[in-house]
Amino acid sequence: MMRAVSAADIAPKAYAWEIQATGLKVRAGAKRMAVDGLDLSLGTGVHGLLGPNGAGKTTLIRALATVLRPAGGSLELLGEPAGGTGGHRELRRRIGYLPQEFGYYKRFTVREFVEYMAWLKEVPDREIPGAVQRAVERVGLADRADSRMKTLSGGMVRRVGIAQAIVNDPAILLLDEPTVGLDPAQRLRFRELLQELGSDACVVVSTHLVEDVAAACTDVVLFAEGRLRFQGTPDGLAAAGGPGHVGDSPLERGYSALLSDSGQGRGSW
Amino acid sequence: MSVEHASTRLIDAYARGDADIAADEVWALEAHLERCGTCRERLSAAVASEAPAVASLVGTVWSELEPQLGTAAAMPPRRRRTAARSAWMTPVMVPWVAGAACVVLIALLLEVAGFRAGFGEAPLVLLLAPLLPVCGVAASWSRGLDPAYELTASAPRAGLYLVLRRTAAVLAVVVPPLLVGGWATGVTAGQWLLPCLAFTSTALALGTVIGVSRACGALVAVWVVVVLAPTLATSRITFALQTDGLPAWGLVLALGVGVVAARRGAYSVLSTHR
Repeated sequence: MMRAVSAADIAPKAYAWEIQATGLKVRAGAKRMAVDGLDLSLGTGVHGLLGPNGAGKTTLIRALATVLRPAGGSLELLGEPAGGTGGHRELRRRIGYLPQEFGYYKRFTVREFVEYMAWLKEVPDREIPGAVQRAVERVGLADRADSRMKTLSGGMVRRVGIAQAIVNDPAILLLDEPTVGLDPAQRLRFRELLQELGSDACVVVSTHLVEDVAAACTDVVLFAEGRLRFQGTPDGLAAAGGPGHVGDSPLERGYSALLSDSGQGRGSW
Repeated sequence: MSVEHASTRLIDAYARGDADIAADEVWALEAHLERCGTCRERLSAAVASEAPAVASLVGTVWSELEPQLGTAAAMPPRRRRTAARSAWMTPVMVPWVAGAACVVLIALLLEVAGFRAGFGEAPLVLLLAPLLPVCGVAASWSRGLDPAYELTASAPRAGLYLVLRRTAAVLAVVVPPLLVGGWATGVTAGQWLLPCLAFTSTALALGTVIGVSRACGALVAVWVVVVLAPTLATSRITFALQTDGLPAWGLVLALGVGVVAARRGAYSVLSTHR
């Protein structure tokens, strides 16, 4: 099928970074400040968000998805302020989001679910069937598109989650722990998909698997206790570690070297 | 509006793949072809007559592709019914709303059979009317009941618009049986409809502060303590449900609607989904 280039596709970008946070603070629950004074600028590419459990990765991703309001600082997504009140309707049409706990309706078929999500994301009615088919094919579920969600395996459900996130061709794609439940072959395929998506969108992937980052990400964001610890290429992360640090691969050694400066990662889980 | 079409000379040259067409002409022609079916048809005719080599190549590709396309499963037509229904009601809501409608029907049957289990003069329909839509509303926007709550909250369509749409769906199912019930038992429509709407709007308003399911739970508790228990104890219709109480219900309804309108932004973030 031929897709005509629309005016929106060739419009010049009026912003330097897809995601720009300055002094961002986001609360998790009533008291705890899970993101505490974060300065971050992310452009096009695949960004791996690494950090120990409880570092505030999920809270940050939720704030980027505009479902949590920042408690302080400023957050600009696609050049628009994303802090204040209001539904951010325009902005959300250009964001794709896969939450950590991906909930779905068991009785829906894959196609029905992705169609429903496309409707929620205000994809124009005429484009919905085509967009759904493209998204389902990209995650390799075209042969299961008409089976009910409850008959799918865990990895397939995860892939439906990715399909619903990309159904609106987002400029910012937020994936919270997307590789959980994928087998090694699916994980390889997923990395390829990530690289493909990262060529023209800003993809943020939160993960605790260092090898995912090495294989698929153009950029690593190391995040602990609500603050930015390191931002750079995977090679830069590997270079931070020495032979004295804990870990099986250069990346893991770099990871533990950068975290151990603050007492994290050593003596605790 | 009259559209200027590409000249036959230009289309023929393009079909032949002539190198002497100016770059801007090619560009304009391709831009025009993208949106003009007539000129695409002229181009395909021109390819057949001007460039037999291309035509035979396309023919070969088609003949090789066709058997493969025949085996690929065709995309089934979109199921309109499911799509239309999920635009109004999530699958999670269906059993709750159906349950509420069933309760009304059972109350109605009991009423017709002349059975009043210790409620004295108060018709069951009157006592149940405010509770039932609240159950449906709770199921429509709840973190515990709706597995896709976080996805829904992150969507552009989330917010007051979607909440009202779902609430309207609940009311559309629950109100007609109540209407029949009210008519059969001789209660004026205002007597039950106003508390019913007031409760629904209060649930939504309170929901922006403490979460919709908690708000619904609190309201049901309040109703049981303030209205149901006194009615059971005294076997009489409490003040709250008599016609004198209507202005108060009207006030609650107006207040609820006002709060919902003022705090509409709260429906597009996560905290309402408790």
